Amino acid sequence: MNELIYFFNYVVVAGSVTGSIYAMGAIGVTLIYSILRFAHFAHADMMTLGAFLVLLLTLLFPHAGEPLGLPTAVVMLPIAMVLTSLAAVGIDRVFYQPLRNHGVKPIVLVIASLGVTLMLQGLIRLFSGTGAQSLYVDARKEIFRLEVPGVTRPIILTEPQIILFVVTIASVIALHLFLTRSRLGKAMRAMSDNPDLARASGINTRLIVTLTWVIAGSLATLAGTLLSLDVAFKPDLSFFLLLPIFAAAIVGGVGHPFGAVAGGFLVGFAETLAVFNWSVLLRPLRDSLPSWIELPNNLALVGTEYKIVVPFFILIAVLIWRPTGLFKGKVI
Amino acid sequence: MTPIIDVRHVRKAFGGLTVIDDCSIQVEKGSITGMIGPNGAGKSTLFNIIAGSLSPDSGEVLLNGEAITHLSANRRFHKGLLRTFQIAHEFSHLSALENLMMVPPGQEGENLFSTWFKPGEVKRQETETRRRALEVLDFVGLSHVRNELAGNLSGGQKKLLELGRTMMTDARVVLLDEIAAGVNRTLLGDLISNIERLNRELGYTFLVIEHDMEMIARLCDPVIVLAQGQVMRQGSIEDIQNDPAVIEAYFGADPESEAASA
Repeated sequence: MNELIYFFNYVVVAGSVTGSIYAMGAIGVTLIYSILRFAHFAHADMMTLGAFLVLLLTLLFPHAGEPLGLPTAVVMLPIAMVLTSLAAVGIDRVFYQPLRNHGVKPIVLVIASLGVTLMLQGLIRLFSGTGAQSLYVDARKEIFRLEVPGVTRPIILTEPQIILFVVTIASVIALHLFLTRSRLGKAMRAMSDNPDLARASGINTRLIVTLTWVIAGSLATLAGTLLSLDVAFKPDLSFFLLLPIFAAAIVGGVGHPFGAVAGGFLVGFAETLAVFNWSVLLRPLRDSLPSWIELPNNLALVGTEYKIVVPFFILIAVLIWRPTGLFKGKVI
Repeated sequence: MTPIIDVRHVRKAFGGLTVIDDCSIQVEKGSITGMIGPNGAGKSTLFNIIAGSLSPDSGEVLLNGEAITHLSANRRFHKGLLRTFQIAHEFSHLSALENLMMVPPGQEGENLFSTWFKPGEVKRQETETRRRALEVLDFVGLSHVRNELAGNLSGGQKKLLELGRTMMTDARVVLLDEIAAGVNRTLLGDLISNIERLNRELGYTFLVIEHDMEMIARLCDPVIVLAQGQVMRQGSIEDIQNDPAVIEAYFGADPESEAASA
């Protein structure tokens, strides 16, 4: 039983955490692609920006969360989401919109977004330094140990992990309702289907573009902050997630928000399972195994240092099997 | 009476190629005005300038006496200037009914504030829009395919859907871009009678680009002939058809003399 709890802690919980973060990042990437038709490489640093703003706000008002019984960083999230959304819209107006108005090829926008990512990284580093900082200023991270009867090892969940799960589920449901029920959401789907016709149908496509950045910026803030809460804020923390997030978006079918969620969890769980030490689960069976089998101490599929390979392995496998991604992509 | 569309001295060049050169046209209210001309005469460019998909290098476009030269396509839509596309456009992932329900302007639900704070109003409008969309589908004869994804409709049905789209709002002027292209004869008859009914019963003004001379002859009066980015002639279809200069621009030579030499 101890081994199952170990599996739960190190695979189910860890995989859900990674999966949720990837999912929220990938939704943003996929929405931007379906509306603006380019791969937004600055997305990971937008996550960092969001987390950085939360860190700043938390440092300014370290005790704001106490009356609500929540970590201050979580209380600061809405403000940081608004600020990051404003920054995202501003970046679009200054860097991407002039290019779009000139009718450049998508690759030019992709390269521009690489420029934006370097710029954001530099700016954030300038203010935050390069080291890691906890988002728990003046407070302690709560850790819940759930005792399971008859087992010595407890199920371990931390406060930020629980918040992460709740926030992920809530935002996916909210996005679904928005896209399928509200007229603005339908207008957004219409624009991703056929922008010319959307304009000719009186849909304000500028408003839709702005809205896309607001949604992407807000989700990026959520993902970046909750990741930093779980680990610690580092200026390059999110940047290393850029490639898995893109892998998740592509695996799910680019332009398909629920595909992005599925892709995020697929990639997240695959990564965790690949680095999980399977010999832990086999150890109880040691006595019943024939004597010539010797159980090695580490039976992970790949070493932790090669974790980044896993998303790409899945990406290629899925694309061979289903070239358009898990869900048929391209249009919301 | 002020013309409903007034294009004044419009010029448009792409790189070094001047496509529209000091072109002025007027469309009278309540008319079905045809626009013809050989390939490369600048019909589509002029059309896109009027619809707001392109902006002119110089000159003015007026709608009902009001300058709209610098308004975006969606703003023009809300002023009652609608267009259809040469190659039918549709939201292929939405049903025919949903395609039409996408259209109406000034909807409460398209404003973030009311989406969250006035759900009752939004719902009432949705019901109203749905009722109208069903009426329109009935009018253009697409009721039987209302739940079909628009991407699966036939070419002619898509054109009918385009026409239906213009009826979802209180349009004043509709720009029809080669609406007959690729439509079979039976559906074309429906299309033409729908256009005539809209013109007669609801007072729509149409500006029609068309290659199908039969359709132009049946529908349009007056007809504007464009050639090399300028208005060459304007008049009734009979005048145009008998004008040797028009025939020459269109066919490159006088068919009478060609027939004589053959």
